[in-house]
Amino acid sequence: MGRKLLLAHENVPGIDRLDVYRAHGGYASVEKALKSMKPEDVVEEVKKSGLRGRGGAGFPTGLKWSFLAKPEGVPRYLVCNADESEPGTFKDRYLMEKIPHSLIEGMIVSSYALGSNTSYIYIRGEYFYVSRILEKAIQEAYEAGWLGKNILGTDYSLDLYVQVGAGAYICGEETALIESLEGKRGNPRIKPPFPAVAGLWGCPTVVNNVETIAAVAPIINMGGEEYAKIGIGKSTGTKLISASGHINKPGVYEIELGLPVEEFIYSDQYCGGIRNGKKLKAVVAGGSSVPILPADLILKTAKGEPRLMTYESLFDGGFQSGTMLGSGGFIVMDEDTSIVKNLWNFTRFYHHESCGQCSPCREGTGWMEKILHKFLEGTANLSDIDLLWDIQSKIEGKTICPLGDAAAWPVASAIRHFKQEFEEIAKSKKFKDVSHYERLHKPAMA
Amino acid sequence: MKVTIDGIEIDVPKGTTILQAARMIGKKVAPPAMCYYSKLKTTGGYCRTCIVKVTKASAQNPNPIPKPVASCRTEVADGMEVQNFTSQEVIEARKGVVEFLLINHPLDCPICDQAGECKLQDLGYEHGSAKTRYEFKRREYEMIDIGDKIKLHMNRCILCYRCVKLCDQLTDKRVHGVIHRGDAAEISTYIKNVIDNDFSGNVIDVCPVGALTDRTFRFKQRVWFTKPVDAKRNCDKCSGKVRLWLKGEEVLRVTARMDEWGEVEDFICNACRFEKKRKSDWTIEGPSKIDRHSVISQNHYEHLNELKVKAMKQQKALGFMPFDKRP
Amino acid sequence: MGAQIHGTLEFNAEKRKDIRFSEEALKEIEKIKSRYPQGKQKSALIPVLHIAQAENDGWLSPEVMDYVASLLNIQPIEVFEVASFYTMFNLKPVGKCVIEVCRTSSCWLLGAEDIIKYIEKKLGIKEGQTTPDGMFTLKTVECLGSCGTAPVMQVGASYHENLTFEKVDKILDKYRAEGRRRNYTDLDYENTK
Repeated sequence: MGRKLLLAHENVPGIDRLDVYRAHGGYASVEKALKSMKPEDVVEEVKKSGLRGRGGAGFPTGLKWSFLAKPEGVPRYLVCNADESEPGTFKDRYLMEKIPHSLIEGMIVSSYALGSNTSYIYIRGEYFYVSRILEKAIQEAYEAGWLGKNILGTDYSLDLYVQVGAGAYICGEETALIESLEGKRGNPRIKPPFPAVAGLWGCPTVVNNVETIAAVAPIINMGGEEYAKIGIGKSTGTKLISASGHINKPGVYEIELGLPVEEFIYSDQYCGGIRNGKKLKAVVAGGSSVPILPADLILKTAKGEPRLMTYESLFDGGFQSGTMLGSGGFIVMDEDTSIVKNLWNFTRFYHHESCGQCSPCREGTGWMEKILHKFLEGTANLSDIDLLWDIQSKIEGKTICPLGDAAAWPVASAIRHFKQEFEEIAKSKKFKDVSHYERLHKPAMA
Repeated sequence: MKVTIDGIEIDVPKGTTILQAARMIGKKVAPPAMCYYSKLKTTGGYCRTCIVKVTKASAQNPNPIPKPVASCRTEVADGMEVQNFTSQEVIEARKGVVEFLLINHPLDCPICDQAGECKLQDLGYEHGSAKTRYEFKRREYEMIDIGDKIKLHMNRCILCYRCVKLCDQLTDKRVHGVIHRGDAAEISTYIKNVIDNDFSGNVIDVCPVGALTDRTFRFKQRVWFTKPVDAKRNCDKCSGKVRLWLKGEEVLRVTARMDEWGEVEDFICNACRFEKKRKSDWTIEGPSKIDRHSVISQNHYEHLNELKVKAMKQQKALGFMPFDKRP
Repeated sequence: MGAQIHGTLEFNAEKRKDIRFSEEALKEIEKIKSRYPQGKQKSALIPVLHIAQAENDGWLSPEVMDYVASLLNIQPIEVFEVASFYTMFNLKPVGKCVIEVCRTSSCWLLGAEDIIKYIEKKLGIKEGQTTPDGMFTLKTVECLGSCGTAPVMQVGASYHENLTFEKVDKILDKYRAEGRRRNYTDLDYENTK
């Protein structure tokens, strides 16, 4: 355990510069792909690798690429989704900031595979300074001939641009991202048609997450089959996990998929256990949208098997007792955390970020937030728990895009696993905030 | 392509949506639609009232589609089987959608010019619950005059986007649109702009609720006390085929003619709509065909009591409380 | 969400006449427009609005939006629709430094609420307000993607991470001493870990 493919050189001084990156094996995959492979060979290697989308949905990347329509005379586009906005997720920022060339390298190989001659990196507006880092790296790559016309003397040409967003979580949804890139409101499109058929400016488009694209470089270097040997079953390769919350060592960790959750939380190599000697209460394992699990269910499945950091193991038990790997935003909560208050915080987030196109999400997210706020005020009734349950069930699966589901699942899982917390407040008509910073998560601030 | 909706099979051309196929079968299986408008491109998909359950995706793929789909934006596949009114799940889900649409709606039906021909009233009556569970303050906006002919009453808007798409597709320069986002989203013009265009008045007809109303008709009369007749004039801008809403000899309002789905048959120009308010401007063709279920046809002066009972039922269905009884 | 403006905007035709971006900004805008295929220049709207905001004291007035529409050959309402959708665009005047404190998830778990209250007390303003001297505007924002170093705030292009009250003091004092405007588009960001 512990192989690193993306962050192997994270601590090399100057790794953000082309010369240093190159000295550590950078751009080898571009040479290999452009000089000795046909585009379809690259797609084939990615298929063999079993790489799955690292943005959250976990859809097989090779398969997604194979859906791309290729009508004659119509340009195709690759768009990198660097709109990382899922609460609890900060791995893409870390990767782009530390090793920007790893994304550019992946973009060149992936664009070549897909036949895109103009590709875009859509980065969230808040990461403006990261866009500067990327632009500088792109400039270096152009000057060294890795981008532009006839790369490495081949027929293949590629222009790569960075586009900034301006503050909208929903633009992480691929069709909203495309709309935003077209200079419009970030309203998700109604599908079909899917971007693979009609995406950016109506042309066939693939949208992939930063980490997904960066992983293409090591896959080409080592071969898809070798990559697939890392991990367990259909969870192949390595994954960047953003660890945050009440842990001793928050940060971005590259893990081999299959690592036991318990080891990830408690080992000094990773999170280093819970802060201040507290007990673990709950974990949101894959970014705010995935179901929250109490300590016992995140460490072991309902069947009593150790829970592993894989797509399958985390989902073991379905929505009853499982969760999802999602974007790998691993948020840890200690015993003092109020699940109700945390849920209100998440729900407020989804309310704020709803685009407002479809009625269940537009109206339902705000309604749930208001009801949850009653719990914080101590004015909620027991019937409000049932009402919350009913509202989330009427949002889930009824909306244009997955934001509705993302807003519903945290509510459903919090009620499913922590109902007594809601009931206590509703019965006592008192809300005691147990997570104030006075409880010394950060003693320096007291 | 053969598709079965609520047990009734129909053969439709490729590219037909489930909703269109259902409308071909008839009212007994057609889902309600608040945002879809067959006369305007890319409408639909937003309100979610037309959701249905696909129990069999196609002849090749007999699996159900796990989530309900928006029938207005989902094309049929050969051998597809769909449940609308026969699915309890759909009925429940639709009830949820109606509730969502109503939680921020002012329910000011008694003073709303759209009352009687409001699609949201019909929807609440036919598919909603008897009472609301929403206990918080509703969204409130001030009314805006978009020029001297159209009034925008944003409180009533359900963000169906029809008026935006209409101006995109029918007029040469769109000056209004949807601003902000989430439940703060609203219809707005840019800098007190008048929607000034020969066809802008059609936004009134496509608006399913009382958000965009005709200022020249404002508070003149309840629609069910007016008599609709189809009329015609020679117009160089539009077909000149309209519906006049009469009271005695007076033309209170001019609208486009509506089909059985409540959609405009031919869009009309602003001159016909706002300026031709004398009966002598028009050649009357005859009384308009109005849906029997509409309150407009329910009552032409004769059955006032019935109307009152129905209106009360409707208000009750919408969770409406008279102003003096509100807490 | 950004400043809420209901309905319509007040437009000043005289002010509109005076609007002109710097040569540098106009050059940058032309460069951005060249990234897209012919006829797809609307795609430049969001990057251009960032430049516009930096050119106009940190906010987008109706006159500036009208000017941007003319630069991209689109209708003003299309600019207004977009500007009001994204939270990083301010539709009302703001202070020289807009302090944006993350209030979501891990930042919330680790005391963002207290940081917000502390800044409110320190500056004597509430969230959404600007100090009377026009130096600071306080905003709360959703997840800034810096959860491992929570709590965090953004000022212009700079991220300030692992916040404590002492760090907030130091950072804000420095901004006040410098007294200059901070924009997202600044090249000289100074992140503090």
